[in-house]
Amino acid sequence: MKNWMRPKRSTGKSGDQQRASDDADPTAATVAYHVVVIGTSWGGLAALRVIFEHLPAEFSLPVAVVQHRHRDSDGLLARFLQEQTRLRVCEVEDKQTIQAGAIFIAPPNYHLLIEQGHFSLSLEAPVRYSRPSIDVAMTSAADAYGHRAVGVVLTGANADGAEGLRRIADMGGLAIIQQPTTAEVRTMPDAALRWVPTARVLPLDRIGPFLAALPAAHPQAAAR
Amino acid sequence: MAVSLTAPAATGGTPEAALATTEERPGTSMPGPPPGYNPDLERIEIELLLEGVFRQYGFDFRSYAYASIRRRLWKRVEAEGLANLSDLQSRVLHDSDAMERMILDLSVNVTAMFRDPLFYAAFRDVVIPLLRTYPFIRIWHAGCSTGEEVYSVAILLEEAGLYDRARVYATDINDVVLQQARRGIFPLERMQEYTENYIRAGGARSFSEYYTAKYDGALFDQRLVRNVVFAQHNLVTDRSFSEFHVIFCRNVLIYFDKDLQDRVHSLFYESLVRLGVLCLGSKESLKFSKYDTCYEKLDATEKIYRKIR
Repeated sequence: MKNWMRPKRSTGKSGDQQRASDDADPTAATVAYHVVVIGTSWGGLAALRVIFEHLPAEFSLPVAVVQHRHRDSDGLLARFLQEQTRLRVCEVEDKQTIQAGAIFIAPPNYHLLIEQGHFSLSLEAPVRYSRPSIDVAMTSAADAYGHRAVGVVLTGANADGAEGLRRIADMGGLAIIQQPTTAEVRTMPDAALRWVPTARVLPLDRIGPFLAALPAAHPQAAAR
Repeated sequence: MAVSLTAPAATGGTPEAALATTEERPGTSMPGPPPGYNPDLERIEIELLLEGVFRQYGFDFRSYAYASIRRRLWKRVEAEGLANLSDLQSRVLHDSDAMERMILDLSVNVTAMFRDPLFYAAFRDVVIPLLRTYPFIRIWHAGCSTGEEVYSVAILLEEAGLYDRARVYATDINDVVLQQARRGIFPLERMQEYTENYIRAGGARSFSEYYTAKYDGALFDQRLVRNVVFAQHNLVTDRSFSEFHVIFCRNVLIYFDKDLQDRVHSLFYESLVRLGVLCLGSKESLKFSKYDTCYEKLDATEKIYRKIR
């Protein structure tokens, strides 16, 4: 490609080549993240509790949680999780602002989409029998926040999340998988590992402290 | 196309891993660009496509929520067997059949009868008594899709003895779904779910009174739509056409971006009588709109609002 034909705007961090060069880049360690998406199914409640216990009150990354549950569930999950943490926990409403230091729960029977600066909800068909779908949420986070997105796949009895986590990794974001031996049901982390063999694998009780140590940026700052 | 989306080899996975993955999750559940696709270019392609569609066909999807429309467009790219969004642009601009297929993807919103039963219970408790005070009631279902909500509310009005004073306008941008709504045939396999919803919504009769099972469809009593006018209306480009006592717009605005949501809220505000009722989806809110202060909450959880100023 001739020089004058180069795209006006750079692609930002996307694709594996870009990611590979990130790894070699000493400044890569200082990437400030914008959003964390945690996906889980069977066994998720107990796992989330362990993670949230380790998040300090001044934790400044927004956390979106996609936990599979029955379509008629009420706000019980949010109330339960609120008891585990000093961070504010809420069930997402459409177009809600993504705020730092808060935990956002995907409402039952909607897909959770992460856009730049806010959430959207969608009633598109369930993906692999799941709505909310972890794949959908993580993919949208990867697309909106690129290398500033963090994805975490925890315990679960299906393979949801693998493809979405892969998208996060492809865009240069940070992929984390619960060490399968520490998962109540290892199907979900195993599947994620097959899709993202390069992901960081952490035992459950290390995930919270690891997230707490991540450099965070104010989410309203431009993602790219 | 699907292969390139699913093959894990790009992150260095072994061929064995690729095989295992393919077997476990055939195809992809996630329509989207192949890895390495330039996101800025993608946005340009989507904007050009939607601009072209607007100028050629008059359908304005330019202010739809990005993440969702993007998913739907990629689904269409795949379904048409194309490589990218620019190809889709070319196809829909030159081939109106392809355009119709895309409109279906972009505008069909799945719903259910008595979706969120507690909403209907709250409507029965809070709104029905208000409606009794009017001699004549005008109701608008904005974005009625295939009509499940229209029939559900009709049942509610019928049971409250208010149906005969109601005039119901059910509108959607999409003519195909309106025809389905008029027919009132819903999948038989969903009747169990709908019956449960109906009971949880406080329905007192036997739900099966309202439909006749035929083949694999449930044909709903056409008396439920005797006062319903189904008509095409575009929330994005069309104006108000009457004054209403109740507007239902549940889980339609979630597909719009914030600016467009505000524009539609302005349309609703102008279309409601004073003390008229606005019903949104249970995960939608006026909180993020500039019309927040114009309404009071009749039921905060179920998002039932009343226009007060």
